[in-house]
Amino acid sequence: MVRYVREFHDAAAARGLAATIERITSRSVNLMEVCGTHTVAIFRHGIRDLLPPPLSMLSGPGCPVCVTTNGDIDKAIALAEQPGLTLATFGDMMKVPGSYQSLQQVKADGSDVRVVYSPRDAVCMARDNPQRPVVFFAVGFETTVPTIAASLLEAEALGLKNFYLISVHKLIPPAMLALLEAGDVRIDGFICPGHVSVVIGSQPYQFIPQQYGVPCVITGFEPLDVLQGIEMLLRQIAENRAEVEIQYRRGVRPEGNPLARELVSRVFETSDADWRGLGCIPASGLKLRPEYSRFDAEEAFAIKPPPTKEHKGCLCGDILRGVKTPPECPLFAGTCTPERPVGPCMVSSEGTCAGWYQYGSR
Amino acid sequence: MAKRNVARTGKILLAHGSGGRLSHELVAKEFVPPWANPILDQLNDSAVFALSTDGTGPRLAFTTDSYVVKPLFFKGGDIGRLAVCGTVNDLAMVGAKPLYLSASFVIEEGLSLANMRAVVKSMRQAAAEADVQIVTGDTKVVEGGAADGLFVNTAGLGLVPPGLDIGGGRARVGDAIILSGSIGDHGIAVISQREGLEFEAPVASDVAPLNDLVAAMLTTSANVRVLRDPTRGGLATSLNEIAQQSGVGIQIDEPKIPIKDGVWGACEMLGFDPLYVANEGKLITIVGPEDAEKVLSVMRKTRYGEEAAIIGEVVAEPQGKVLMKTTIGGTRIVHMLVGEMLPRIC
Repeated sequence: MVRYVREFHDAAAARGLAATIERITSRSVNLMEVCGTHTVAIFRHGIRDLLPPPLSMLSGPGCPVCVTTNGDIDKAIALAEQPGLTLATFGDMMKVPGSYQSLQQVKADGSDVRVVYSPRDAVCMARDNPQRPVVFFAVGFETTVPTIAASLLEAEALGLKNFYLISVHKLIPPAMLALLEAGDVRIDGFICPGHVSVVIGSQPYQFIPQQYGVPCVITGFEPLDVLQGIEMLLRQIAENRAEVEIQYRRGVRPEGNPLARELVSRVFETSDADWRGLGCIPASGLKLRPEYSRFDAEEAFAIKPPPTKEHKGCLCGDILRGVKTPPECPLFAGTCTPERPVGPCMVSSEGTCAGWYQYGSR
Repeated sequence: MAKRNVARTGKILLAHGSGGRLSHELVAKEFVPPWANPILDQLNDSAVFALSTDGTGPRLAFTTDSYVVKPLFFKGGDIGRLAVCGTVNDLAMVGAKPLYLSASFVIEEGLSLANMRAVVKSMRQAAAEADVQIVTGDTKVVEGGAADGLFVNTAGLGLVPPGLDIGGGRARVGDAIILSGSIGDHGIAVISQREGLEFEAPVASDVAPLNDLVAAMLTTSANVRVLRDPTRGGLATSLNEIAQQSGVGIQIDEPKIPIKDGVWGACEMLGFDPLYVANEGKLITIVGPEDAEKVLSVMRKTRYGEEAAIIGEVVAEPQGKVLMKTTIGGTRIVHMLVGEMLPRIC
């Protein structure tokens, strides 16, 4: 894999693409990169610097940490505070402030909260400590869910009675629909997430050009991928076309990965889900199917999280919809920094505020 | 809400030990003010002071560091080699010739004697390579769970050559920035071992004593102004420290920074930026432009400087900041590490 990565950083090819982009950008254009990995790639490689002024890149809701609500964090915290229980989650979740505190804080206060790189690690923890309930706080989009479904099936095959999930998984296309329906920012084209599309393919985005006339390009994450994705969107706009194109051909097939999807639908079914900034979006989440409900941590443990509270002045919600940029938030870089985050967009390495903070000039 | 924020809860968090900005704040707010004195206030890798009260005569460099790496043994090194090299390098970064080390062990009960001996042997070898002697030490054993296998502390004394003045505050506009070799090797070697991750090209830690490299550089040029080993927090954090201490800007060129394929690939996979990944056998130096090529060629002739490269220059603006020209021709600001380096989740 590595062997082919550096070719996607070629300076001459980048200059060529940047020149084409400049030539075909005829009017003011708003393109939204839905996925946080794209947001970071655009900052890290200085791509904004290569784009002509009429072209604006808006960051969307595609950071799973960022769209997790205070209520869901509070639930995980309430579970972590149960004596004798281990809560495992991905690293980025540790610092996200819930209504009152973060998992990092309850860990410092003595709760057993572990960072894992893969849900399998949590299954192994449960296997090695049969007396101890292990709850995996499962956050992620379509990319992450197949590994979580596989881990749960493994836990079942091992006959584990002490492994549980909190599923706050979310699905990308329903969120894009919600953004288009809300209509509070003009979007002329979507850079669709490469990794998510490896699993779901191109079909789930078809309603966007068909019903809303907005072009989509499924794009990879290396700098040349991103530049080419932008160029393909601008060509569609210039030629008055609206369709779903795949730039990231080396990773994405139109039909996606049916095996991974089958695995997911064996374990999960769609449900309505609460998104930070977007509210409740129908059929945008995944919950365990009834036959797997014994793995559901919320059913297994009686937890009473305190009433949720929102952070005053935090604009994460507007930022997740592309309505505001981080420097417009009164808390940005002052009260809210990656060390002392007020909102989740400042926590996640793929959060829009963290990206602006880490790579933007201030 | 702000009142309840993480860093204001009156507790030390793991991020306070990451080498990034919280670490700097901890030192600057909690340690420096109550102990303030002119030697401590230098805030370089080692404290430098004269033996006589009138400030004349031989000058010593003095430093200490604790090592808590997990796992104890990793590809390319172990906690013992790290403990010797780390302290030797802190002395070398003020231009001192390292002479004597102390070694203190905090051992968790149950540590195997074979592992203990392997660490001791590795320290002996590293000390021989660096031409220093371990002359004093201490041992404490704590009950199971009170330490993670083995923690090692070393302190070191070195002699600073007369007239030499090396420090993070001495960079001047126009100076060249030289990096002694590829970045990120140590951090990636340890994290891949810790997490059982395997990559196409396995990465070995670069842990090595750099005093011979530094001695060769100082013999060649009187215009070596800054030396720094980019350990925790990586290249980005060290360059930011220098930019702030010297009140200058730093401009680097991404394509000129050597990065091994294995490190590159692992960083891609884990969502790390190699600029922030730890090194244990690399240095950055800032050299007057007239001597840059001369110093570079001498560095390249040494064992630990073969891949040395000029990666940028010191500029006037923006003061206190680091700018990087990216491979594809864009420009971005490179800030100090904030928080901990954590793997991405999607």
